[in-house]
Amino acid sequence: MASVQFSNVTKTFGEFAAVSDVSFSIGDGEFVCLLGPSGCGKTTSLRMIAGLDTPSSGQVLIGGEDVTHFHPKDRQISMVFQDYALYPHMNLADNIAYPLKVRGKSVSERHGRAREVADVLKIGHLLDRLPSQISGGQQQRTSLARALVYPSQVYLFDEPLSNLDAKLRLEARGFLNHLQRDMGMTAVYVTHDQAEAMALATRIAVMDQGRIVQYASPIEIYRRPATTFVANFVGNPPMNLVAVDAVQGDGQLQLRADGVTLAGLAMSSGIGTALGAGKTLTLGIRPEHLGIAEPGAANTISGKLFANENMGPESLVTIERADGSRVTARIFTDDHIAIDEAVTLGFASGHVHLFDGAGARIAAEGETAL
Amino acid sequence: MKLTLPAFVGRIAFSALAALIGAAFALPLLWFVFAPFNARAELGLAIPDPWTLGNFVTVFGNAFAVQALWNSLIQSLGGVILVGAAATLAAYALSRSSLPGKGTITYILLLFSSVVSGSAAMVPIFLIVSAAGLIDTHLAVILTFAGGLLPTAMFILRDFIDSIPKSYEESAMVAGASPVQAFFDVALPVIRPGIVVVVVWSFVNIWGSFLIPFILLRSDDQMPASVAIYSFYSEAGTPIVTLLAAYSLIYSLPVIALYLFVSWKFGFRFFGGIKA
Repeated sequence: MASVQFSNVTKTFGEFAAVSDVSFSIGDGEFVCLLGPSGCGKTTSLRMIAGLDTPSSGQVLIGGEDVTHFHPKDRQISMVFQDYALYPHMNLADNIAYPLKVRGKSVSERHGRAREVADVLKIGHLLDRLPSQISGGQQQRTSLARALVYPSQVYLFDEPLSNLDAKLRLEARGFLNHLQRDMGMTAVYVTHDQAEAMALATRIAVMDQGRIVQYASPIEIYRRPATTFVANFVGNPPMNLVAVDAVQGDGQLQLRADGVTLAGLAMSSGIGTALGAGKTLTLGIRPEHLGIAEPGAANTISGKLFANENMGPESLVTIERADGSRVTARIFTDDHIAIDEAVTLGFASGHVHLFDGAGARIAAEGETAL
Repeated sequence: MKLTLPAFVGRIAFSALAALIGAAFALPLLWFVFAPFNARAELGLAIPDPWTLGNFVTVFGNAFAVQALWNSLIQSLGGVILVGAAATLAAYALSRSSLPGKGTITYILLLFSSVVSGSAAMVPIFLIVSAAGLIDTHLAVILTFAGGLLPTAMFILRDFIDSIPKSYEESAMVAGASPVQAFFDVALPVIRPGIVVVVVWSFVNIWGSFLIPFILLRSDDQMPASVAIYSFYSEAGTPIVTLLAAYSLIYSLPVIALYLFVSWKFGFRFFGGIKA
């Protein structure tokens, strides 16, 4: 196992900068998820760790060694590909043992080790099959077995679960989490699924347009999203964002928007700075922090009912505000709730997030790192 | 299901018509199968009476005809090996490298290849081969065909390789393989069905061609079977049908055998990507 470090890495394809000036480091034994929408540079970053792409500038270090221009084979890494990349002409045993073959191990050692790993992954009975003769979930585990068959410095995952159906994906996710606890491997995991990132990562790097927007623990990303982009990307459903006009008076901050009543907030230096740049702020509230409330009460948002989806343990109640924007509440209830056309959603002031005009989070007074 | 009478009659008429058309196409093939075994074969179709192998005995007694079959084999195999190996390597490089303008290169080559294998280029080809001192050698025929077939072979193979995900070789390299290992262990076996297509295609092309060997070769002991067929004519210029038929059958056997072998071994199917 080893650490990974990016220092000022840029990768351009022609005019397009896939990754621009990215620096971050991954500690030994950390499981880091690169999270972001397609085209944000997360896969390119992963491929640069693997050596499948070379940075246009900057350095990539593995275990403190500059490997920027190393061939993939010289990096002692393993990687699980999105399409699994199983060799169609080899049976599972040979597929899993291929890394040992290129390392010059004997046939008996190769197949013995392949069997060990395959048994752990519950595909030991399939070793004679060809990849085309097994199911998608089994193919996924085979490609995982091939990555685990030899000791690596870093394990790389490129959306390994995205081709699985929902149930298998949950199962595989749980297994990967277990594996990480068991092995304590250094892993870099690319995904566009925020739930996967939250479940697996020790730290998440949220990426957008070739840059890292926030690099923090899952809980910090969830509780203190650095920007409206992160707030809108993480969470299921994502955070509700409402544009509000800010008025300052009596040492308090009044936020006004159509259909929103909000108790005055205590002023802070952060808010002061933000107001210096503009009077329009963004109010953020997570759906799980909203509930049905009395009309006219403090800390409420009202609108007309747009959708009422029963999810089993919870209901997703979406309202449409006068300006057409929507706010979703995640209400935990065993019963399907009957609601009228006019809905008022309430929240506690402690669950309010504020973002400035540029979308950056305004830190609360005396906030410490989580 | 019960058919109405008009529908029934219509079906019979359709079947009869189809059978008639089928028979028209089958007649030459039937001649091709019967005539070699008929000591008195003519251009008309006749069932041999009695069946005989005499025509074949005569053909195999003709040293020139037998030598020609060997020559065909040498030239075809030589050309196929050259085209197969060179096209595979070139197509792989064209598909996987990030060479600027590689598409244009392929299309220009493709354009010129139709000129090279056409008769328009016969004079320059003859001059080049002559200048190289290769006239009347197997190598002349092999090289000319390789030059003519290679661009199309490359084009077919490049398309095939383009459709194979790069992640095969990438996963091999991440697993510790050098690019050469990744090519031979992973890429080549996956590309093999495409190579087989190119090999069969170029074999059939070279085996059946007349003009190029006819022009580039002089002596009898270099001529391939396609040219040798013309030796089964009488002094007066009329074909000796019995021998011609027997020789034609022998001449077509390797191509049929190759097709059957490939079909049995590969079934003209390929692995493709594994769908998840």
